[in-house]
Amino acid sequence: MKDTSMDTIKISAKDVQVYYADNHAIKDVNVDIADKTVTAFIGPSGCGKSTFLRCLNRMNDTIDICHVEGDILIDGEDIYDRRVDPVQLRAKVGMVFQKPNPFPKSIYDNVAYGPRIHGLARAKSDLDEIVEKSLRSAAIWDEVKDRLDAPGTGLSGGQQQRLCIARAVATAPEVLLMDEPCSALDPIATAQVEELIDELRQNFAVVIVTHSMQQAARVSQKTAFFHLGNLVEYGDTNQIFTKPSDPRTESYITGRIG
Amino acid sequence: MSNPLKTSLLTLDARTKKRNAAETRFRAYGIAAIGAGLAMLILLLVTIFGKGLGAFQQTFVTLNVPLLEEKLDKNGTRDLEKIKKVSTFGYAPLLKKAMEETLTEYGIETNLKSKKQAALLSKSAAAQLRNYVLANTDMIGETVEFTFLANARVDGYLKDRVTRESIANDKSINAAQLDMVDALLAAEVIEKRFNLSFITGADASDQRPEAAGMGVSMLGSFFMMLVVLALALPIGVAASIYLEEFAPKNWITDIIEVNISNLAAVPSIVFGILGLAVFINSVHLPQSAPLVGGLVLTLMTLPTIIISTRASLKSVPPSIRDAALGVGASKMQSVFHHVLPLAAPGIFTGTIIGLAQALGETAPLLLIGMIGFIASNAPDSVASGFLDPNSAMPAQIYEWAKRADPAFYERAWGGIIILLVFLITMNTIAVILRRRFERRW
Repeated sequence: MKDTSMDTIKISAKDVQVYYADNHAIKDVNVDIADKTVTAFIGPSGCGKSTFLRCLNRMNDTIDICHVEGDILIDGEDIYDRRVDPVQLRAKVGMVFQKPNPFPKSIYDNVAYGPRIHGLARAKSDLDEIVEKSLRSAAIWDEVKDRLDAPGTGLSGGQQQRLCIARAVATAPEVLLMDEPCSALDPIATAQVEELIDELRQNFAVVIVTHSMQQAARVSQKTAFFHLGNLVEYGDTNQIFTKPSDPRTESYITGRIG
Repeated sequence: MSNPLKTSLLTLDARTKKRNAAETRFRAYGIAAIGAGLAMLILLLVTIFGKGLGAFQQTFVTLNVPLLEEKLDKNGTRDLEKIKKVSTFGYAPLLKKAMEETLTEYGIETNLKSKKQAALLSKSAAAQLRNYVLANTDMIGETVEFTFLANARVDGYLKDRVTRESIANDKSINAAQLDMVDALLAAEVIEKRFNLSFITGADASDQRPEAAGMGVSMLGSFFMMLVVLALALPIGVAASIYLEEFAPKNWITDIIEVNISNLAAVPSIVFGILGLAVFINSVHLPQSAPLVGGLVLTLMTLPTIIISTRASLKSVPPSIRDAALGVGASKMQSVFHHVLPLAAPGIFTGTIIGLAQALGETAPLLLIGMIGFIASNAPDSVASGFLDPNSAMPAQIYEWAKRADPAFYERAWGGIIILLVFLITMNTIAVILRRRFERRW
């Protein structure tokens, strides 16, 4: 599964520390995330993988007590620089959440919301095009094309999650963060979303947090194993799952800790 | 001990029996509590409607009144200024004459003097006659049919409030007059029917309970509610959004939060005295004006609106905020595009309930002078609606309840029915809004 074209570094984290008040949640994390690659973060609950993911689009800013140190560079620019507006950053770094959270609006409006607020479409026809393209790239167009006016909340769980992916894709991001996107889905919907993630890799750097090691093995090219706030091991997925170099990683993937 | 006694599932053991008994007892207490509450409600409604429905009916006397030229316009010039010089006092002889003629017409014999005969009419009758003449000077010299309000005692006689026994010490009516009423009733000159002017009319002086109505005080309440709505809703919603969505969580916001909750529990009369000190004594706004009443009630309603708005903002799931922020919406966009629309039904419900509370509030109005005078004229413009002295519905009810004449007592109950109709309507609207616009996610 090794892919040689994935050598451009999209995100680079250096000595990242995250504190929740006095609790040191992320310790000295250094990681380079490649473009056009799926990178999986795995690790037991509370290991900090979601926290680190949320640092990448500064969603942690909404938590008052959260405090981030260190540098996170996207395309060489520090996203925690004072001049960076997190709102602008989040248009570039889209996010899909654990629980499908479509807006209680129509399917069309769900996808069109991002492009609208960012002024990506001048005419209605442009917007229609973006909506169709986004829904197609989220592999849900055929299912909803006849009922774009129906409420997004009326879809099934798997469809809702793909709608959320379409919504994230619609703002033309460069990085797509996914926080356990399949944990609320049944196996069939999970399979559809996983297939989709593999396709999304053509256009974005995808970072996915998952609880399921099988999922990480199936969809990712790179895997990072977090444990107690430390990045224990980071490397090619194949290597992590077959020849882990750290004993903690081995214990986790063989089911002894976690 | 090695072979413990086996128990059958078909017989209840002592412990289960005890638990079941406790549960049965608890259910009985619950039903008794609900029953007691319902009984109180029924008692309340029966009393209110029993005592108040009478106020919607009034006794009227229909008379043919000769508008004698020699009394109203001696020179026959039809000069309005001259006719205006005749006071209501000058119209009394016409009423006496009309009453005498009516008695003769129906062959009713009485040895009462004509003044006593005409005393069956309301004291407002002469004014009603005068107003008609001033508006229709060309009718002078004709005989016109009028429907006058009957005196409150006559009205009370028809509603069994006044009886032949109860008038023993009553100087304003005697048995002979009641005989006359009976005769006129038989002749259908006097009749009791629905009285619209109780709902639309103005308050009347102590002497004329039969003429008193709720209309003007309803307008007073209406203008106060406009003030409350225009101020409390935007201020309350803005404060809640800021506190809930934007303000940092620290000890200052904690103190503000605690104090808003405390304000909601402050006795309303405190807001009244605050209004008196600030709006009337310092800012010199007019006394008794619905504007001031509205300002005071705004202070009182704000905490209610803030608390309910914050509760409905809190009930919007955080995932919606995340979703909006995740696609790059700013904080304000996420609040105004997504959170606020979802919280709107709750906000409106809270606002309506706050308004209903303000509508029924009496105590603060005591202190800013909206009680204790007679709101006899409907405001003639929007500005005067806000600035001219007026009363409010609950203040009017209080005012009537403390007057001596039992006829006012009946009107107080009637006023309560009108107030309740308003409150029930508002609460129903609140429930409908909540049901209709509540969105699921």
